Amino acid sequence: MERDATEELGERVRAAAAARTALRICGSGSKAFYGRPVRGEPLTLTDHVGIIDYDPQELVLTARSGTALGGIEALLAKSGQYLPFEPPHFGPAATFGGTIACGLAGPARASAGPMRDFVLGVRVLTGAGEVLRFGGRVMKNVAGYDVTRLMVGALGTLGVLLEISLKVLPQAPGQLTLTFELDAAQAVERMNDWALTPIPVSATCWVERRLFVRLQGSAAALSEARQRLGGEELPAAANFWQSIKEHTHPFFAHAANLWRLCVPAESPPLDVLGRTLIEWTGAQRWIVPADANIDLHATSAVAGGFATRFRAVEARAEIFSPLPAALMQVHRELKRTFDPQAILNPGRLYADL
Amino acid sequence: MPSLIEELRAAIGTDNVLTAREACVAFECDGLTAYRHVPDVVVLPASAAEVQAVMSICHRLRVPVVARGAGTGLSGGSLPVAGAVLLVLARLNEILELSPRRRLARVQPGVTNLAISKACAAHDLFYAPDPSSQIACTIGGNVAENSGGVHCLKYGITLHNILEIKVVSAAGELLVLGSEMGDAPGYAVAALLTGSEGMLGVIVEVTVKLLPRPERVELLLGAFDNIDACARVVGDIISAGIIPAGLEMMDGAAICAADAFAKCGYPTDAQALLLCEIDGNRADVGQQLERVMNVMQAAGATHLRVAADAAEQLRMWSGRKSAFPAVGRLAPDYYCMDGTIPRRRLPEVLREIAALSAEFKLPIANVFHAGDGNLHPLIMFDAGKPGELHRAEECGSRILELCVAVGGTVTGEHGVGVEKLGPMCKQFSAAELQMFHAVKHAFDPFGLLNPGKAVPTLARCADYGALRVHGGQQPFPHLPRF
Repeated sequence: MERDATEELGERVRAAAAARTALRICGSGSKAFYGRPVRGEPLTLTDHVGIIDYDPQELVLTARSGTALGGIEALLAKSGQYLPFEPPHFGPAATFGGTIACGLAGPARASAGPMRDFVLGVRVLTGAGEVLRFGGRVMKNVAGYDVTRLMVGALGTLGVLLEISLKVLPQAPGQLTLTFELDAAQAVERMNDWALTPIPVSATCWVERRLFVRLQGSAAALSEARQRLGGEELPAAANFWQSIKEHTHPFFAHAANLWRLCVPAESPPLDVLGRTLIEWTGAQRWIVPADANIDLHATSAVAGGFATRFRAVEARAEIFSPLPAALMQVHRELKRTFDPQAILNPGRLYADL
Repeated sequence: MPSLIEELRAAIGTDNVLTAREACVAFECDGLTAYRHVPDVVVLPASAAEVQAVMSICHRLRVPVVARGAGTGLSGGSLPVAGAVLLVLARLNEILELSPRRRLARVQPGVTNLAISKACAAHDLFYAPDPSSQIACTIGGNVAENSGGVHCLKYGITLHNILEIKVVSAAGELLVLGSEMGDAPGYAVAALLTGSEGMLGVIVEVTVKLLPRPERVELLLGAFDNIDACARVVGDIISAGIIPAGLEMMDGAAICAADAFAKCGYPTDAQALLLCEIDGNRADVGQQLERVMNVMQAAGATHLRVAADAAEQLRMWSGRKSAFPAVGRLAPDYYCMDGTIPRRRLPEVLREIAALSAEFKLPIANVFHAGDGNLHPLIMFDAGKPGELHRAEECGSRILELCVAVGGTVTGEHGVGVEKLGPMCKQFSAAELQMFHAVKHAFDPFGLLNPGKAVPTLARCADYGALRVHGGQQPFPHLPRF
């Protein structure tokens, strides 16, 4: 399917800017739970669809923001390529634009890098309704400020994403997952030990007293690593990693209050009553606290990191860790620059953005 | 000025504020030597707190500030500006923390790029970005310019290899951007500051990511009697699912120049050659090397050689790394361009560059980061001959326009600085340039940081310039350029 709705979207935004009407940018709604609640007229992007450019030997894909993420991944897979940051869908109809706006990465984040590392260029509608293009479709580009990456994870508060160009990568020839029975502290230590070696680890996860490590590479490299690491091989491993990425693993069931903590990788288990799942060599910790009212922003700060109230029962609570005053001021200035009337997803990220 | 000088001296010590012309002249240019201006005042703070003090004074007195690391940049990013204080960060040169276990180093901005990899080599770790000036260039400058190198295709540019930066704002406030984990709440302000050419803030501390050294490195040289075939091989290697650590291409003119200069044993009858470095897990590297050899053979390589050992790898690289000075011996002057194009357009763009060479009657040698599509055409000319300088500039403009026309960019890794203000007008619309100015305003409402660089004013959208080298004299002639 192919449809360019730039004109209509531009008109909507310009009219909203003139009337100072708040807009709630919507894709399929798969990640509507993420961030603070937004009041505003829906601006739907699901009619702005189509792959604009994809050439496997270029390692670059450009698509309109309303395009289904699943379709993009299927297209890449046909050429043996994939999105290296393994974005979660959180729903069958997740869109490309919503995925980039949320900036979330899956299990491979620790080895492949964050989503913004792979975003090469964007075409956006500013809050004033102007269509601007930043970055490009090439690997190396230092012309102009990196506005492209500023849009990644901005939850639509700085612009409506129209098109995104991504760097993609060839899939490794093979994968293998090994498991070990370990407690959390041992698991974190083991993950960090491996990270110092050339063992081709692509993901790690500790849940329910088991450590899972996914390796990728040639058959020879995998069998060598298998011998070196020991452990048990996990059958049907793809299903396991899918369940971690998409939060369908039993750990995430009954997790009405789910926190995501990002802390220095080597941090010992955090002192919070509840259940924990550890990923990203120890840098990402999912916590379902026993006390639903607990605030883990302070806990994460003490550990040298930050927290996100990922899924919350109480919708009004602060979702993202507070920023220092001077940095918050920079955020306000940037918001004013890209969205002078503050009409794009107002308050989704922080109350005054 | 007197009260400014007095205040600066009180803040950071009399000896660290230079005003004598003979002292300041050392800072009159960076690696783009065609542009020079002797700064009126040079300050040499020794700590982040002193940088804050300098910025606060300058902000209060509304005096512009130009930040400078080692001054190896190729686009004039740290060229002094009339009436501005030149803020030299060279004295902030300590490695504050090196944690092998956490795979990171926290360093001051004046630490050189190579010093980081040297410091962590004992732990079998390395810092990936390797700009050609790495023995001299500083990490602060690398962040400000978002520097690349020959290993970007696999390991990324500076942006991909830094975790946290500390920045002093135009008003003198300290901002911590990013985090040890690489992510941080809020907007990706660290990414925005990376490559902002000293326009948005002054970098006073950088936490870099360290990677385990690959188990095995192989270097393969493939030569071709046809430049099109060689250019197509670049895409074929990637289509085979292989991401080489480095994938560098040279054309016939560059091969001969480099071999004459470095005596590196290149096949001088070839029309083009590829250097393909593969690294990583021992078993993976073996398989990939075999596949790349098959791809090159299938494409009709006339010469194929795998370096036998580390010494031969160095020798093979030496020709590529000395290609710029080597070309410098072929003509009195040359311009170095830095456009990037989509990889699949390589064959046609190279043909087009050859046509431009014929049209302008100026020889052009091509040495470039083929894997990234980052071209460095070297336009040879003689400024002593009437009209040649102008012709070379004209030819360079046409090459950059060509890069933009095929969907590329006017600068892949050298930055805009003062050098590519003209070409920026080709790449961005007036509204986009205005947005860049607005972003600058958000950080620096009085326009005090590095004024006039990186983003052209709409009025300025006029003439082009480029790196000009006279009499074979490169800026920093002892540094390899690649």
